[in-house]
Amino acid sequence: MTGARVVIIGASHAAIAAATKLRSLSGDANITIVSAEKDFPYQRPPLSKAYLAGKSTFENILLRPENWYEENRIALRRAVTATGIDRPEKVVRLSDGSRLSYDRLILATGAIARRLPAEVGGYLPNVYVMRDLADANALKSEMRAGQRLVVIGGGYIGLEAASEASKKGVRVTVLEAADRILKRVAARETADDIRALHLSHGVDIREGVQLRRIVEVNGMAAGVELDGKTILPADFVLTGIGVSPNTALAEQAGLEIDNGIATDAYLRTCDPAIFAAGDCASFPWKGQRVRLESVQNATDQGITIAANIAGDERAYDAVPWFWSDQFDLKLQIAGLNIGYDNVVTRKGANPACRAHFYFKGDEFLSVDCLNDPLTFALSRKILETSRPLSREQAQDPQFSLKSAGSLPL
Amino acid sequence: MPHVTWILPDGKKIGADVSAGTSLMTAAVANNVAGVVGECGGCLSCATCHVYVDDAWLDKVGPPDSIEDAMLEVTDTQRTSSSRLSCQIEASQELDGLILHVPQ
Repeated sequence: MTGARVVIIGASHAAIAAATKLRSLSGDANITIVSAEKDFPYQRPPLSKAYLAGKSTFENILLRPENWYEENRIALRRAVTATGIDRPEKVVRLSDGSRLSYDRLILATGAIARRLPAEVGGYLPNVYVMRDLADANALKSEMRAGQRLVVIGGGYIGLEAASEASKKGVRVTVLEAADRILKRVAARETADDIRALHLSHGVDIREGVQLRRIVEVNGMAAGVELDGKTILPADFVLTGIGVSPNTALAEQAGLEIDNGIATDAYLRTCDPAIFAAGDCASFPWKGQRVRLESVQNATDQGITIAANIAGDERAYDAVPWFWSDQFDLKLQIAGLNIGYDNVVTRKGANPACRAHFYFKGDEFLSVDCLNDPLTFALSRKILETSRPLSREQAQDPQFSLKSAGSLPL
Repeated sequence: MPHVTWILPDGKKIGADVSAGTSLMTAAVANNVAGVVGECGGCLSCATCHVYVDDAWLDKVGPPDSIEDAMLEVTDTQRTSSSRLSCQIEASQELDGLILHVPQ
C-alpha cells in the first residue's frame, strides 16, 4: 500500500519491531507510534533483571537511540494515550484532543499487571508490581541490604525479582498460593530445580499458602498476613500474580475479544484494517487460541504485521521461545508446553546443566533448558523444522540432537 | 572512539564511532544496521545479531566462547568459520577500524 498511513498504539517490543520492518519494506509509509509513556521506548525484560540489578543504565536498555525515530521518519507521540477508535472514519482520538487518521492500525497495547484488591492492601504505596520503568525504578530504590521483601506469586517475574533482591542482600520470602511455584507455566521438574536454586541462595519459598491481607501500618505495608494468622514482616511487597491483556480500547471499538484482542492467523482483528500484536493479542495456534507474554512473540508478530501491511502476506507461525535469568541460572525455553502429559529429563555436562522435555503422548512440544544453551539451540531447530524427536532420544545424553529426524525412528 | 564499519549484503557500508565497552549489537541497532536485530537485548538467547568478522580482524576479535558457540547453531543465516554474535563483542581501541559483514 503506497504511502499508507499506519498508526501504532503502544511503543514496546511489538510496536518498534513493526515500525522498523515497515520502514524497511516501505520507504513512503506514514508511520506514527502513540506511546502512553514519557520516556523513549525501552526493552522490558531487563527491568526485572540487569536494570534492576543496576548493571544496565536506561540508555543501555533503549529499544532504539533517541535520534532513530526522526532519522527513520517515524513520528513518536509520547505521554499521550489513545482514547477511542472511530472505525467507520478510520480515526484514532488521542488524550491531547488530536485525531490521527489511519489506513492501517496496529494495537500493541500490552498488558496490565494485576494487583490485589485495595481492601487487602493491594494498592498501598510500598506494594509494587513489575511491568514498566517506573515500577523498576521504585523497586530498585527499595532494594537495600537488610530490607525485607515479600513477593506474592511464584511465577517468573516474581522469582526474577526475588533473585535480584536477594543478590543485593535483601531478605526475600516468596509466597505461592498453588501447591508449587511456576504451576501455570512449567512442569514440576523445572519448578523443583528453580526452588532448589532459590533455597540455596537463602530465599524463603512458601507454597500452598493463602494470603489473608497485606498488613497496613501508617498507610504503608508492614507485612503480609497468611491464613492461620502468621504474619510475615515486610519493608516492601511485590505483587507478581500475572497480567491482564490491555483490551479496553479494542473493546470500546467493538472488536472481538477472546482472552485478548482476537486475531486471525494473519494477526488481523475482525476489522481488516486493524491488527493486534504482542501481550494484548490472542491468535490461533495448533487448533486453539493462545495469548503469549514474551518478547519473541511481540517482536515476531510486529514483523509479521508489517509484512502483511506491505502486501507480503504471511501467517504467523513462529516457534515461541522465552528466557529467564535467576541467580547464576540461565533458563531458556523453546516451544509451548500447552497440553503436555509427560516430561523427560536430559542430563547435561554438569549437575547444574539439564533440560526437561515436554511431550503430549509421543509428540515433542517444548523444552526448558537450564544452563544448557546447546540443547536449547538445537531443540529450537528441531521444533522449527518439525522434525520428530522421541522421548528416548530426548533423554539420552549420548543421542546427538543435531541428528534428530535425520535417522529413521 | 573506536570506529566500526558494517558491510551489508548489498555492499552498502555503515560506519560509526562506538564508545569503548559498548556491545557491537547495541551499536548496530543504534546505527540502523538492517539484519542485526538483537531481540534478547544481548543475553545470548536469540542469535539475531549474527555477523561475519572480516578475515583481517579474525585474530584480534577471537573465537566465540562455548555458550555463544552453541547459540551460533540457531542463526537464521549461514554459519561460517568467521561467525560471531555481535552482542558478545565489545568496542575497544584494539578493535579500532573493525569491519563486520552482515549476513544475507
